[in-house]
Amino acid sequence: MELLVASSVGVLTASGVYLLLRLRAFPVILGLALLSYAVNVFLFSSGRLAINLPPILSKYEGAAYTDPLPQALVLTAIVISFGMTAVLVLVALAAYLERGNDRVNIDGEGADPGDGEARL
Amino acid sequence: MHWIIAPVLLPALLAPMIGFVMRHDIVLARAASFAGTACLVGISALLLSMTLGGETFVYRLGDWQPPFGIVLVLDRLSALMVLLTSVLALIVLWHAAATGWDSRGRHFHALFQFQLMGVAGAFLTGDVFNLFVFFEVLLIASYGLMIHGGGQQRLGAGLQYIVINLAGSTLFLFALGVLYATTGTLNLADLTLRMQDIPVEDAALVRVAAMLLMIVFAVKAALFPVQFWLPGTYANAPAPVAALFAIMTKVGAYAIIRVHGSAFGPGIEATDGQSAAWLFPAAIVTIAIGAVGVLGARRLLPLISFSVVGSMGTLLIAVAAFTPEATTAGLYYLLHSTFAAAALFLLADLVLARRGSEALSLLPATVQNGLFAALFFAAAIGMAGMPPLSGFLGKLFVFGPLRDPGMIIWAWSSVLIGSLLTIVGFARAGSILFWKSTAPEAGAPRTVQEPEGRAEPEAPARAGVAQLVPTFATLAILASLAVFAGPVVDFLEATSLQLYDRSNYIEAVLGQSGGN
Repeated sequence: MELLVASSVGVLTASGVYLLLRLRAFPVILGLALLSYAVNVFLFSSGRLAINLPPILSKYEGAAYTDPLPQALVLTAIVISFGMTAVLVLVALAAYLERGNDRVNIDGEGADPGDGEARL
Repeated sequence: MHWIIAPVLLPALLAPMIGFVMRHDIVLARAASFAGTACLVGISALLLSMTLGGETFVYRLGDWQPPFGIVLVLDRLSALMVLLTSVLALIVLWHAAATGWDSRGRHFHALFQFQLMGVAGAFLTGDVFNLFVFFEVLLIASYGLMIHGGGQQRLGAGLQYIVINLAGSTLFLFALGVLYATTGTLNLADLTLRMQDIPVEDAALVRVAAMLLMIVFAVKAALFPVQFWLPGTYANAPAPVAALFAIMTKVGAYAIIRVHGSAFGPGIEATDGQSAAWLFPAAIVTIAIGAVGVLGARRLLPLISFSVVGSMGTLLIAVAAFTPEATTAGLYYLLHSTFAAAALFLLADLVLARRGSEALSLLPATVQNGLFAALFFAAAIGMAGMPPLSGFLGKLFVFGPLRDPGMIIWAWSSVLIGSLLTIVGFARAGSILFWKSTAPEAGAPRTVQEPEGRAEPEAPARAGVAQLVPTFATLAILASLAVFAGPVVDFLEATSLQLYDRSNYIEAVLGQSGGN
């Protein structure tokens, strides 16, 4: 169980980082989505792994429970990452339509004069 | 006591109202946004006056007992930061309305209010997960503001900005996961309490979490090696937005001061000295990058952006010492650099709107050349740290506590050389923009070919009083920070002493149960 969760977090993170480094809009969006899945699973495990247990304290002595707080955190994280992904998709789409390419990096950014104007 | 949540609640209620009800009426939206921000200034001044007695106020949301519920904590530092935010916001809002930036795209004022909500929340929260949530609120608003007005370059830079910050948010969550797994709490006061006797076997994990958090805050604060997003973002953002973003880097610095100064701060055995060991060299490299960037920039906005990077380096050198004296100096420099950066961006907007070209190249002088030159001179000496304005005092204060033999050579020389390079860079930019502005090769043929046609397409509108007020206001604040340096530093000293008085903070938040 621990091995499964740990390796899935690792694989998801590795794939996410790899896709993030592709620097094209679509792979980057997918990469960030994979990273957010990885972090959600990771947050679950931060409350210790427990299967088939209720997320509430039982009044009966000794009854096991799973920590409810990470679940609340994950829920928040899911909502936020969902919203962020939606914004990212829209901005990526707008940037693609405006610029005609889906590259995430901007060449000659910052200090380069005239470069932006030259490509207009 | 409910006033504590007002800086979050007021923009949160106002923003959807502006967004939904006033979306077709820019005048109404301006008035509402302006009234809301002015109220915010009043509320935050009230909050600041409440904290003058040295008390720490706690606002429990839903009245849950603190380690379990979410709390807002108001002490001198958070009150000061909220006041700084609201004053800056009012100035920036005036500029955006006076120059018409707010009508170049939709929903400027709604996004602006959401941004204020996020920033105020991040300063007030006493819970690390809630800090993440408010970070996301301010970020999602800043995404909208960053690409306000659209355009190829801006959308490209905006996409990059979003991707970097989303990656940062993921790291933030990883850090919080590790922190919760090892300490079982995310409440800052409870965390500080538990960090004091963390078991040895968990110390390594906690150090990882502390470093991850440091990286996240460093992304916000534009600290080396994650400063690279700032010049591209600030230089391509609308100028009023860039001026407002001057507070965004300070959110990162504040989070480092707050979290790494208390929970992972000095005297905590598990993480002792770790934050300082990484922060100090990174801040020095940041100063170097800022200075070289200022020297090498070929457009005005990147030049200002790099000077912001350099100022963050100076600020974080002071923070890295993690002593009350150094934090006092850092806070003074924080106040100064926020307004200095805002002054430069607002002024640059006025100048560039009249020059027609962003490049630092020789062009015929535009209207009000002398006035703009004088203002640029004032703002530049403020940013570079020359005597009359508060930048000089700020850097002097930073030198004071950094007399440690291991620090003095690196800190003093990097700040001094960085200042020199910044002065040279600004002098070069200023002389190209204003002094040598009658370019002979550009001016001569035009007068020959089209003597009367020249006045017809050009001759941009003069900047009216309304457009100049925000720039003058920021410069006046810089001057008054210098004039009233004594009282300000007295207040900041009390602020940083309160910050490092952990038991007081823990007691105030957790009450009797956690105090022992």
